[in-house]
Amino acid sequence: MSISVDIKKRLGDFLLDVSWSMGRELLVLFGRSGAGKSLTLRMIAGLMPPDEGLIKLGDKVFFDKKTGTALSPQKRMLGYVFQDSALFPHMTVIQNIYYGGRGLRRVERHAVSELMLERFGIAELRDRLPSCISGGQKQRVALARALMRQPEALLLDEPFSALDAGTRSDMGRLLKEVRREFDIPVVLITHDLEEARSLADRIVLYDEGRAIRSCSPNEIIPVSEDRPAHDRIHGSLGQETFSLPAMKYAGCSGGKSI
Amino acid sequence: MQDSTWFSLGLSLQVAAIATGFVVVIGVALGYLLAMKEFRGRDLLDMLLTLPLVLPPTVTGYYLVVLFGRRGVIGSPLFEATGWSFMFTREAAVLASFTVALPLMIKTARAAIESVDRELVAASYTLGHSAFATATKVILPLAGKGIIAGAVLSFARAIGEFGATLMLAGNIPGKTDTMPLAIYTLAGSGEWSKANTMVVLLTAVSGLFLYIANRSGRRTI
Repeated sequence: MSISVDIKKRLGDFLLDVSWSMGRELLVLFGRSGAGKSLTLRMIAGLMPPDEGLIKLGDKVFFDKKTGTALSPQKRMLGYVFQDSALFPHMTVIQNIYYGGRGLRRVERHAVSELMLERFGIAELRDRLPSCISGGQKQRVALARALMRQPEALLLDEPFSALDAGTRSDMGRLLKEVRREFDIPVVLITHDLEEARSLADRIVLYDEGRAIRSCSPNEIIPVSEDRPAHDRIHGSLGQETFSLPAMKYAGCSGGKSI
Repeated sequence: MQDSTWFSLGLSLQVAAIATGFVVVIGVALGYLLAMKEFRGRDLLDMLLTLPLVLPPTVTGYYLVVLFGRRGVIGSPLFEATGWSFMFTREAAVLASFTVALPLMIKTARAAIESVDRELVAASYTLGHSAFATATKVILPLAGKGIIAGAVLSFARAIGEFGATLMLAGNIPGKTDTMPLAIYTLAGSGEWSKANTMVVLLTAVSGLFLYIANRSGRRTI
């Protein structure tokens, strides 16, 4: 199973023009806020149409401007986890998870819901409302809900950005386990350097609406004082600044420019 | 109190209840349409549906006669097909109350539906649920308080309807004289004590419903 994306979208002054593909791996879309990462994810999920281009999952065409194909989000079989978890506030934890199992037979749907509850370590929260659980717990529920239908890929839009450091690393471990168990492509958006480095199999770097580079996690290096700033992509992790050598820079021999 | 007072009260409640039933179903559907869908002529539709809120009820009633009267656009073929006409019937009173109460329901339902977080709708879609399933399982439950408030408000408005009812249903004693019409007749013929009873009764009923509307609208999740 693989995802390939080649899309353009204009929103006011902003132009998104990206092209990348991935296999069964954990791909991190990395870059500053407003670089177009979330927009890309929404278009993969079908929540917003690109102006032109092609989006495929394996052989399945999700969107193709040329043939006029545009599958509805319901038909794309993707798990999507939102930044603020988007749990239904009027449903309990178990009801939220159960809601994710559309298409399963009733008995199976109940059984899988309970299994998910166990798997994600949230069994004791079963009958609580989302307003009565913590941020980390919410994202566990959101992840369980997104996986109920056995999706063919998982899309995560900054799911850990509102969590404290400890919870965040727990969730990172959990995500890696999920990636292995379900063996599906996972796209994770983050602007946190450590998170990108520790979780990614590969990183696609976004800057101002373009996917400028694809590289392995260890090729992103923290900024040092003596390098000129103009050929780096800057961001921040708390107080720490980092940069990635720009395309021409000799220090990044392993990465592909895209 | 006299029989005619009870009759008018009963008729008013009955007419308002039936009208509110239609108002809720159609008003919520239109509120959903205006809140969730972008289409050409949306603002125009919104304007047309809001007009009965600002037009004098007599003007609204006039339009209803033009549409549903025996020689009306809809009323004429209806009369030819069935031999029945809306004019001067209880159904006409329901239609008049429905028309003037509908904008209140649409406005409150639309606002309540628009207040539901769009990410929740998106989440439901990515989980494979259709727009209709999402509307009934996510949007409407979350907009429920506002919709109930709108329904109660519509009921209160329907009970107080006078002008359009007079145009379309007439003021036939023992048939279409709802409370506002009966009060008008009584005051016109100088029967002040009877009118007084009805006025107090109508004020109490309407006040009660406004109180309920305010309370149900305030308590949100």
